[in-house]
Amino acid sequence: MIQMLKRLGKSVREYKKPSILTMLFMVGEVVIECLIPFIVAQLTNDIKNGCGLDVIGKNGLILVVLAVLSLSCGGLAGFTAAKASAGFAKNLRGDLFRRVQTYSFTNIDRFSSSSLVTRLTTDVANVQMAYMMLIRIAIRSPLMFVFAIAMAYTMAGALAMMFVVVVPVLVFGLIMVSRKAMPAFRSVFRKYDRLNESVEENVMAMRVVKGFAREKYEQEKFDKASDDIRIDFTKAERIVALLGPLMQMCLYFNMVFVLTFGSKLVITTHYIDVGQLSAMLTYGFQILISLMMISMIYVTLTISAESARRIDEVLREDSALTNPAEPVNTIPDGSIRFENVRFKYSEKAVNDTLSDIDLDIPSGSTVGILGVTGAGKTSLVQLIPRLYDVTEGSVKVGGIDVRDYDLAVLRDGVAMVLQKNLLFSGTIKENLRWGDPDATDEELAEACRLAQAEDFILSFPDGYDTQIDQGGTNVSGGQRQRLCIARALLKKPKILILDDSTSAVDTRTDALIRAGFRRYIPSTTKLIIAQRVASVMDADQILILDHGRIIAAGTHAELMASSPAYRETYEQQTRNSDAADNAAGEEVTDNA
Amino acid sequence: MRKNESSDKKSRRIDFRLLGRIIKLLFKYYPGLSTLTTIFIIFSAIVSSIPPLFLQRVIETIGKYYETRDWAAARSVIIPQVTLLIVLYTVSVICILVYRQLSAYITQGILYRLRRRMFDNMQYLPIRYFDRNSYGDIMSYYTNDIDAIRQVVAETLPIVLQSSVIVLTVLFIMAYYSVWLMLLVLLGVAVMLWVSRTVGGNSSKYFVRQQKSMGKTEGYIQEIMNGQKVVKVFNHEDQSIRDFDAVNQALYEDSYRAHTFANMLGPIILNLGNILYVLVAIVGGILMINKVPNLSISGLALGISIIIPFLNMTKQFTGNLNQVSQQINFVAMAAAGAQRVFALTDEQPEADNGYVTLVNAVIDAEGNVTESDAKTGQWAWKHPHGDGTLTYTPLRGDVRMFNVDFGYDEDKPVLHDITLYAEPGQKVAFVGATGAGKTTITNLLNRFYDIADGKIRYDGININKIKKSDLRRSLGLVLQETCLFTGTVMDNIRYGRLDATDEECIAAAKLSGADSFITRLPDGYQTQLSGSGSNLSQGQRQLLAIARAAVADPPVMILDEATSSIDTRTESIVQRGMDKLMEGRTVFVIAHRLSTVMNSDVIMVLDHGRIIERGSHDQLIAQHGTYYQLYTGAFELE
Repeated sequence: MIQMLKRLGKSVREYKKPSILTMLFMVGEVVIECLIPFIVAQLTNDIKNGCGLDVIGKNGLILVVLAVLSLSCGGLAGFTAAKASAGFAKNLRGDLFRRVQTYSFTNIDRFSSSSLVTRLTTDVANVQMAYMMLIRIAIRSPLMFVFAIAMAYTMAGALAMMFVVVVPVLVFGLIMVSRKAMPAFRSVFRKYDRLNESVEENVMAMRVVKGFAREKYEQEKFDKASDDIRIDFTKAERIVALLGPLMQMCLYFNMVFVLTFGSKLVITTHYIDVGQLSAMLTYGFQILISLMMISMIYVTLTISAESARRIDEVLREDSALTNPAEPVNTIPDGSIRFENVRFKYSEKAVNDTLSDIDLDIPSGSTVGILGVTGAGKTSLVQLIPRLYDVTEGSVKVGGIDVRDYDLAVLRDGVAMVLQKNLLFSGTIKENLRWGDPDATDEELAEACRLAQAEDFILSFPDGYDTQIDQGGTNVSGGQRQRLCIARALLKKPKILILDDSTSAVDTRTDALIRAGFRRYIPSTTKLIIAQRVASVMDADQILILDHGRIIAAGTHAELMASSPAYRETYEQQTRNSDAADNAAGEEVTDNA
Repeated sequence: MRKNESSDKKSRRIDFRLLGRIIKLLFKYYPGLSTLTTIFIIFSAIVSSIPPLFLQRVIETIGKYYETRDWAAARSVIIPQVTLLIVLYTVSVICILVYRQLSAYITQGILYRLRRRMFDNMQYLPIRYFDRNSYGDIMSYYTNDIDAIRQVVAETLPIVLQSSVIVLTVLFIMAYYSVWLMLLVLLGVAVMLWVSRTVGGNSSKYFVRQQKSMGKTEGYIQEIMNGQKVVKVFNHEDQSIRDFDAVNQALYEDSYRAHTFANMLGPIILNLGNILYVLVAIVGGILMINKVPNLSISGLALGISIIIPFLNMTKQFTGNLNQVSQQINFVAMAAAGAQRVFALTDEQPEADNGYVTLVNAVIDAEGNVTESDAKTGQWAWKHPHGDGTLTYTPLRGDVRMFNVDFGYDEDKPVLHDITLYAEPGQKVAFVGATGAGKTTITNLLNRFYDIADGKIRYDGININKIKKSDLRRSLGLVLQETCLFTGTVMDNIRYGRLDATDEECIAAAKLSGADSFITRLPDGYQTQLSGSGSNLSQGQRQLLAIARAAVADPPVMILDEATSSIDTRTESIVQRGMDKLMEGRTVFVIAHRLSTVMNSDVIMVLDHGRIIERGSHDQLIAQHGTYYQLYTGAFELE
């Protein structure tokens, strides 16, 4: 807990000053607010005793000055607190974002992207509110409580004893209510989450709901879930609703006590006067309100503790990959060697994702990789740009272990088009320049020609300046894949990896892309993962993976002769002539 | 985009009538309890405003016996007063206790009803609605907007009612004691109102901006987090940090301004209250010392016994104004939320004027149809006519479209002049590029959208005359994106037909080839699926969707084959399941697979919403037209 607060606290940085100022202003405000009733009591007595205007004026002036001071303190605190908490939130978001940027794929897999978004937005906003509350109210309320009691005691002595009765009653009530309400609310929030999930499910599946005419059924399901929440939420709210009358009762007790014992004190002892009597009402109010606020802080902090914990999880997560101390900064060539590689995604995994991988890929050759879903194709190629580290054995690029390279150098030299490829909002040009920020327009066009993307780009009215929507949803699947290939080509890599990157491109274009690779980037090592045999048939080497092992390797001709699995797949896919396969392939268009 | 702007504009101008509508709902659903709550709030508010009356009497009494120190005499006046006060207080505390409990109950009840009304109406909204509104938008109706309304019903309404009553009562008591001082307080209040309007207005302006910046930041974060792996592969971390810092800084600027104004409002009102308090004391003192004639309802002269309660009243007055001012942002948020919630509950559900229904039937050897109450396994369309006669048509699965035109937007036609016939048991395949209109045709069959022109007949009946739910029951549906529901595997299959027995569900699973993987799941058919079946592979989800359609056993099926690249092995299992499902039914299939296309009775080649070629595979190949070219890979389908 303390460790966590320390880690989070690091993000305050330059906003320490406004934070501390806020607390100081709060102290000032509280002191003045507690002084005011004291002086008002004096003033009231003056008026009662019919003293001169000069005395009244003097006390009045002091009071106005105090009010103005208090206003300044409060106002300034409002400003500094807003600045400090918004700044803290900004730094926290920045730190989280930077942290995530250092993550390796292993780390990224651990957090879903939507959970990261929640942590950077909602959770940070919760912590921001809690922080603001902490530096303002958490200073103000306890201080107010102590000061008001001290002032009341100084002023009216015995009369202040009533707080000995009222305060414990209220504190006891607050504790009981918080204790009972917290678990009730937690269960409500859980149910709420579930309700939201079911609404989400319903909206997503609306065509199924309507298609099966299940509207009534869905309504009944929802009704039950919603009524469930109503019952639980009512229970929780009814517990909290006890606080209002309790508080009111304490205030009323204060009133009655002051009116009876206070007036007795005034009449029989003259120890205090009516001014103090009236001030006691104010102090009572201040004391009880501050108790109320303290309990509110407690609730807010408990709620935001969950957010803080979720933020801390991200901050605490260390990147699974580190740069070597003395990194190699150049890649000699595009050769790849896998030596005795074993790999699993997590220490705890029972089965290896890859095992016994020994491979030798000469620089400039083309390698095709086939295998069913889950065979380990993607895992295999992800080891090359060191997106994950091997569990055992080694992967060498240009004869040097990938763990000895500077990460940025390695990844610049190994371009990978991911299976789940994405474009970002911005123009086509901006997206392409991810590959090379300094690329000239001519270089962009060259890469696009090679990826067979130029024709359709030029067919857009804005050409290369066409705006891409978030996720690249306004271009078709095949177009998106070709843009992603062009983006990777712009890195002028030594090794190019295509992970099922032409699945939505028709066979003819696919063939053109591969022909272009042979002709224009002969020295680049090319690894192509595909579902279609046709996409890899002409490779120098074809690997077939199954259950994380290479079960066959060789050229097309060799595999046709030696591997029944390969032959079977080939025949299945080409069973209705090559032309037929084309039709099947081409229809596979945008699915994302 | 256009829609967003206009709704933005609307939400900025708060429509208080919508809050009125919420209040009306409270009284509609809980007439007795809401009235009781209102009465109790008013009563307790009055009780909490009257202590100054007692204070005045007590201080007057103290003044009388101060010099003589005669507590016994004073007690005889004070004790009855205090006793009366205690009685009032006790009743009031009970009132508060009761109304708070009632309010919790009513609030949750109203939220429950609003949620239900939204959801109930949502089920019957046309698919068009879901095209137009993003799923995130719809979700926020159930979360943010309902929360905002909760805040207002549970907190704001009682506070505003209570504070208004207190303010009015206190004002009356003030006038009872001294009109001069009351006027002074009113003057102070006017200043406070002016200040809080200025500051509060700024605050809400920046809150709107903060909301916008937040959206922008969230969008950026979402995009990068989603593409984090691409960022890594391209060494793009530093650039993305730079871009993030820019949006983050903008958010900070708006956020701290918004909070600054919100934070300042409290201290400003509170301390203006303090200054007013001092002014009341001074002015009261001056009036008293100079014996200025008092103007009051009570006719009492201005003395210390009036000034002290007046000071307390000033505090109370400004305290309550402060309370109300704290609610301003909530009111604005709730009004915007109510606007959105009511927009959903008021949204026009899809029209259904169908009167032809699907009934169980007995069909004898001569083809005579009689309606039956029992499940017979045979179905017929029950068609009431204008002259009061009834006809029964056996359900066969004969679908015809005549010259159908359609566009999602009226001015942008998607389908032109579509005419096609599918006789019972025939298989019709649609082939064409993305956006050619394949899915659109099937959307018209089950009336997810209504056609602009032309006619569609099902077993010879115009589908507009058929009750939508019955029409859809007679059309099976397997979508490209399989949507499963939280629940067991069995529940998901049974979704196809709610009264199906376990045996029937298992039979359907066996038919579709899903049985073998289901039985290998840890709990078999009772395996709990969560998150829309994310614990299953894509192929497995598709098999379940096929089983779900199989258990419904409709005469006509609409199949949208999945395009995603599942591996060949799973694909062939899915394919076999699909083939089984198609047997003996009229099938419309949006084809992505060669085998499907080839085995079809008719292939429709679509291009830009027109059927450009139709015929069997062999006929089309012989034609050497577009189908042939698609086939040989001369065209890319995009």
